[in-house]
Amino acid sequence: MQRWVYITPLLIAIGLGAVLFTALGKDPTKLETARLHDPLPAFSLPALLDKSHTLTEQDLKGELALLNVWATWCPSCQVEHEYLNELSSRGVNIIGLNYKDERVAATRWLTKLGNPYKFIIYDEQGRLGFDLGVYGAPETYLIDKQGTVRYRHVGVVNHQVWQGIFMPLIEKYQLNN
Amino acid sequence: MNKILRFLILILFVNLPVSASIDLYEFKDEETRGRYTKLTKELRCPKCQNQDIADSNSPISSDMRREVHRLLLEGKEDSEVVDFMVERFGEFVSYKPKVHSSTYLLWYGPWLLVFIGALFIGLLIRSRSVSNAKESDQALEANNKKNVEELLSQYSKENHKDK
Repeated sequence: MQRWVYITPLLIAIGLGAVLFTALGKDPTKLETARLHDPLPAFSLPALLDKSHTLTEQDLKGELALLNVWATWCPSCQVEHEYLNELSSRGVNIIGLNYKDERVAATRWLTKLGNPYKFIIYDEQGRLGFDLGVYGAPETYLIDKQGTVRYRHVGVVNHQVWQGIFMPLIEKYQLNN
Repeated sequence: MNKILRFLILILFVNLPVSASIDLYEFKDEETRGRYTKLTKELRCPKCQNQDIADSNSPISSDMRREVHRLLLEGKEDSEVVDFMVERFGEFVSYKPKVHSSTYLLWYGPWLLVFIGALFIGLLIRSRSVSNAKESDQALEANNKKNVEELLSQYSKENHKDK
């Protein structure tokens, strides 16, 4: 009996230490999306490069897609852009969400840095972003064929993120449908 | 001297608490304004670690404040406003997260640790007092033994004297 009185706190300390250890290295500023497994919020916004064309959530159905939230005021987005160009050239379906930006500047940016997007939603007020739970840029969402949000990545998408996070998810949701 | 005095007075005014955001929102009555103030203090900015949206300068906080104002003007309840934000940004934005299976550890964990700690102390005290009791029993026995031995030796001395 005596022995257990002394061993139990030690076990608890070890257990607690193990639990807390698993959280080490996780970035607390990267939040999980509250929209996980929810359908994309309804919206009606113009396309960036074609003012007359209105886009809705229906335009994101039918094909598995990355929805990349970007803006010209976001320096990390510029860093990420080259890799997006590469993914796009390999056939990955990427849709742009130009978030709280300015049409002219955004268009000029794409002309200069390349356009990897199938089309770009011009979310000037950031309303679609707000409904999605966007709280900064860049962010990239994985949208499945039914238009359901399946993942949200906060931060740049680079090779490690693509290989380690997105590819397994894409495999999973490609098959599910 | 005058310059120093004026400088010190200037610093004094700079140190007065200033609201980070100067949003000019109109409310139909003071009660609604009070609710706005309360809600913006109870919603956390998702981008800044540990600032409420009343306090934060970030664009997302300013967007959230605008939405809180709009929802209150639409006649929504406080709980509906919080739900609206949690739906979009997750439980993280509420300073009072719901008691959900995912937050049991957060809410009850500390109580569990206090309980285990108290149990441990209780058992420790009991085992100490048990061993103390054993010790005093042993001391008592030893004492008794000594007394008996003394009595016996006295008795045998007296006996020998008599004889």
